[in-house]
Amino acid sequence: MSFIKIKFDKKIVLSFWIILIALIIAAPTLLPVFRLNLLGRYLSLSIVALGVDLIWGYTGLLSLGQGIFFALGGYCAAMYLQITSSSEFPNNIPEFFALYGVEKLPFFWEPFKSPIFTFCAIWIIPALVAGLIGFLVFRNRIKGVYFSILTQASLLVFFNFFNGQQKLINGTNGLKTDVTQLFGQMVGSESMQRMFFWITAFLVIAAWFFAKWVVKGRFGNILIGIRDDEPRVRFTGYNPVIFKTIIFSIAGGLAGISGALYTVQSGIVSPQFMTVPFSIEMVIWVAVGGRGTLLGAILGAVFINYAKSLVSEALPASWMFIQGGLFILVVTALPEGVLGWIQGDGPRNLLQRFGLKRKIETYPSLEINNKEGNNE
Amino acid sequence: MNNKDLLNLIDITVSFEGFLALNKLNLNLKKGELRAVIGPNGAGKTTFLDVITGKVKPTNGDVIFKGKSLVGRKEHKIARLGVGRKFQSPRIFENLTVKENLEISVTTPKSPLNLINKSIKDEQLNEIDRLMKIVNLAQKVDSKAGSLSHGQKQWLEIAMLVGQKPDLMLVDEPVAGLTDEETDLTADLLKSLSGENTVVVIDHDMEFIRRLDSNVSVLNQGTVLCEGTMETIQKDKKVIDVYLGRPED
Repeated sequence: MSFIKIKFDKKIVLSFWIILIALIIAAPTLLPVFRLNLLGRYLSLSIVALGVDLIWGYTGLLSLGQGIFFALGGYCAAMYLQITSSSEFPNNIPEFFALYGVEKLPFFWEPFKSPIFTFCAIWIIPALVAGLIGFLVFRNRIKGVYFSILTQASLLVFFNFFNGQQKLINGTNGLKTDVTQLFGQMVGSESMQRMFFWITAFLVIAAWFFAKWVVKGRFGNILIGIRDDEPRVRFTGYNPVIFKTIIFSIAGGLAGISGALYTVQSGIVSPQFMTVPFSIEMVIWVAVGGRGTLLGAILGAVFINYAKSLVSEALPASWMFIQGGLFILVVTALPEGVLGWIQGDGPRNLLQRFGLKRKIETYPSLEINNKEGNNE
Repeated sequence: MNNKDLLNLIDITVSFEGFLALNKLNLNLKKGELRAVIGPNGAGKTTFLDVITGKVKPTNGDVIFKGKSLVGRKEHKIARLGVGRKFQSPRIFENLTVKENLEISVTTPKSPLNLINKSIKDEQLNEIDRLMKIVNLAQKVDSKAGSLSHGQKQWLEIAMLVGQKPDLMLVDEPVAGLTDEETDLTADLLKSLSGENTVVVIDHDMEFIRRLDSNVSVLNQGTVLCEGTMETIQKDKKVIDVYLGRPED
């Protein structure tokens, strides 16, 4: 029975993958560069969604503060681009510093002159910050809704701090990247944007493989164990604090990569990345796509955001209602998300409701084994 | 206290805001012993397990296990020292398969690095096979644990407990909700585990306790009322007063 179930699941997942990869390959030729750029942005958002799925879908940690790590990655990338493109400005430092009378690059930005350092910092700094916050919270056994509130509070702390630091990071204006140079080309130029699309598409798939590797096998089973019954995991001899810290840190690192890719494609990073609604949206993408499915997180992030931009163009101001409605629909009717619904018995049950398929009787397992030979 | 003892509870007192769940409880267990613990509701049986496993910190007194004090240690450290626990209602990971549940229990060392890097060792797979045969779950290997019957869940949890290879097994109401036949099989299983392991069984079911044929400690109001074989305690006046005479309590 379970063997058949696995095969059935694989077919669905495989077909979604084929669609996704076909879209990615076809997109650069089919879409105008404006749309391509949007798709690239949404693909980069799916990396932060993968992290949310790891901590929420698998481990049961509902973080409302992933925007912190997303923005940190974005700031690292943007500052590197600003520094490398600042040779014609006074004191050879990014232009905005002059506005606030800063004459010397703040010391902590010095290492960002190095591309290799920046490349690592984009994911290591958010991962370290997440690990530190996570460790302190998890060590004190703060769980459930208290954890969510705490992550949201941290988000607000970071938001306010970043907003107020004009002299260090240009405060509320943020850092622009589209007029900076990389490899002698303008970051905002069409050819660069096309390249970023390919990098993003590649990294989404790499991030999915990485997340899959993390959750397969016993490590992933412990995460699920922590989600379902943490004390039991403890009494079996595992220390949940370490496992939760690791996975929260991984999600932070993914958020950082996501933020950097989003920044270079949208042309700016600002404290707006750390607003409360944006971090909640990340959770909605995963909830709609399907918790604990990984692929669902990617699909949720890409399709909801694409729908958002299409709807906003056609009917401005109506998107918030649609998004709210979508979330209510998922909470009430599809608690497992769309992909979870498909993988479960969703389509079959729906057909039954319209009388198009025979009902399964009292002992589904017996009936399925003997007659249907299908999923449970 | 002598050095043949595996576990000594010395004057354990647990106070929940003034209410004494355990009151100067003393109990010693020898290596390889099978011990039944009975008592009326609220006698402190589960708190007694909570103290040993580190879930509850005693207000007073000490727990000595293999010569080391357990008081103040974290739950997972106590588990790694060799204390295993089966909970009152079956606590298994329902979204994992039977095999995955057992993998979690037999895996050593229990560090994240070991889990993510290495595949499970052959001897651990053999151990899982052995355990599944003992508890009759060999055909359910790849079923979700949540789909098992209540009795099978109880046994899976016992198998997980054995798989942990603890020196001390604490078993809380293993036969609650089981059929008579399953109860008998469980009693035989626990008896076969003692000798090599030290087993503490907590239960209400007198038939089951009798079948265990072990020493019995009777708990009442947070303290040990009486200790001895089933015959001895059944004749004890105090025990009859608080417990056996009024089984409905």
